Amino acid sequence: MSQYILRRLLIAIPSLLGISLVLFVVLSLAPGDPFSELATNPNVPPEVRLALRAKFGLDDPIYLRYLHWLVAMAQGDWGFSFASRMNVDTLILQRLPTTLYVIGSSQLLALLIAIPVGVYAATRPYSVFDQVANTLAFIGFSLPTFFTGILFILIFSVKLDWLPFVYTTDIKATGTAWLGEQIRQAIMPVMVLGLFQAASMTRFVRSAVLDVIRLDYVTTARSKGLGQARVIVRHVMRNAMIPVVTLIALQIPAVFGGAIVTEQIFRIPGIGSLLISSILANDTPVVMAVTFVFACLVVLFNLIADLLYGWLDPRISLR
Amino acid sequence: MAGLTLASPSAERRTYSPWRESWRRYRRHKLAVVSAVLLLVLVVAVVFGPLLWRVSINDIDFNARLEGPSLAHPFGTDDLGQDILARMIYGGRISLAVGLAAMMVSVIVGTLIGALAGMSRGALGHALMWLTDLFLSLPQLPLLLLLIYLFRDGLKAVFGPEGGIFILIVVVIGGLRWMPVARLVRAQFLSLREKEFVEAARALGASRARQVVRHILPNALGPVIIAGTIDVAAAIIAESTLSFLGLGFPPDTPTWGRLLYDAKDYLDIAAHWALFPGAAIFVAVVAINFIGDGLRDALDARRVI
Repeated sequence: MSQYILRRLLIAIPSLLGISLVLFVVLSLAPGDPFSELATNPNVPPEVRLALRAKFGLDDPIYLRYLHWLVAMAQGDWGFSFASRMNVDTLILQRLPTTLYVIGSSQLLALLIAIPVGVYAATRPYSVFDQVANTLAFIGFSLPTFFTGILFILIFSVKLDWLPFVYTTDIKATGTAWLGEQIRQAIMPVMVLGLFQAASMTRFVRSAVLDVIRLDYVTTARSKGLGQARVIVRHVMRNAMIPVVTLIALQIPAVFGGAIVTEQIFRIPGIGSLLISSILANDTPVVMAVTFVFACLVVLFNLIADLLYGWLDPRISLR
Repeated sequence: MAGLTLASPSAERRTYSPWRESWRRYRRHKLAVVSAVLLLVLVVAVVFGPLLWRVSINDIDFNARLEGPSLAHPFGTDDLGQDILARMIYGGRISLAVGLAAMMVSVIVGTLIGALAGMSRGALGHALMWLTDLFLSLPQLPLLLLLIYLFRDGLKAVFGPEGGIFILIVVVIGGLRWMPVARLVRAQFLSLREKEFVEAARALGASRARQVVRHILPNALGPVIIAGTIDVAAAIIAESTLSFLGLGFPPDTPTWGRLLYDAKDYLDIAAHWALFPGAAIFVAVVAINFIGDGLRDALDARRVI
């Protein structure tokens, strides 16, 4: 198992490098010159501009510039945010926990909905429950998160006035009241993201369980006299979860997309809303760094999925 | 030609041409049929709507600000008194055009890469699949935002504000969604290229290009059509998301996402402003997804219905 983990870690490195290469190529292909303002400034003589270009390595060949950039990123030197007047890495570290908290709770909610519904639907294929669940799931992943977010605000904040629609970090309360407020304001964003995820996950779970439930070993387990619950939980679920883990891992980039939208709607101070505000403020170092962080998170979650995969199916880690 | 093909004499069911058989299978999916009609209505409304509904999208009328639906304005008005129905018809053209064009990009790129990877037996195939996996693990929305942020101004200068952003959005959305198509095409090619009828073509001396174009590709098209259909929906969502974040088309171009973006600060006093465009996006996307589901039933010959 430890060898398997090591091998997976080593595979993650080339994909991180590949992503960083894509990002760097995009940045260097983009029109615009960081020193263009100096070029039009009559107080800066051209020699100074050229010397500055040479100092920051802008005239180096592209592979050297990539290496410099990569080394700087690896050392934690992510640049300086002109809009927020602080280092990019501290800025991102401030915002990251909120994003992870919202994404984590919504994934949890999605699993709590998708697994029971998907398994129950698969044990009774083409029943009324199955058809209703299927149609709802279809509608669920056709509803874009920005529209569900607006609908939720309209229903729960404007009409019913149950929940706040702006997320605040400085809640003026302590103890349990603080905790209650914290949960109350997270309900809508987590529901929006979680229900969207649950919709596609339910379909994955249903088809994976349907594939497994007809296999001979399940019939064997039944004929041994095991109860339905035990057969489903112990025998069917473990095998059915293997493809589900892969499909969920493939969905991770979409989850981050949804998180950006949700953070923007509910004004959650996470890295998604940071990305939007820095794009609007032309804050290039932050835009690059946040995109890279999202890419790293995707690789990290794929790695976790791979490890889960090895745990669910020991044959894989032995290979 | 069709008359020469001998149907198995013991077959009990009547045999139809492949298209008719697909149509028969498609019709069994009731929701898909309803969705096809809905989508057709939407397309007709968007294409021919301006001929019937002759209100300008830019007519400002401060006496009719934020009004709910009425006879003069069936979908109400926005904060400048502009007619939302007229704006939605205009925006629908853009949203649907972006969806179709981005689908074309992703299908063409995906088919090319998938076909190359499926036909090559060496390093090229491996390299292309590595590229596909790499693109699959890219965070799409952040990258989409990054690309638009970096290239927006350059393209605006060349193609004008609307044309430039249209090309950019189509190319970027299509360029980030070709991977599923490439994987499907490659998988199809890997199995089809070993089939007897391809071997027969090869034995007759058909060139590689002819094998691919005449024999393999037509048989690999089913899954591509299904993936392409779903790509249209995904592209519409992606474009609306960009507009909703305020980073899509310019502010005076009322795409459906942009209408939602403008409406979201007036939810308490003018809910209709957000509900109509949101519903339009939802109807378009859910209809296209159901059509894709129906096509899956219709084109997957192995599935018995």
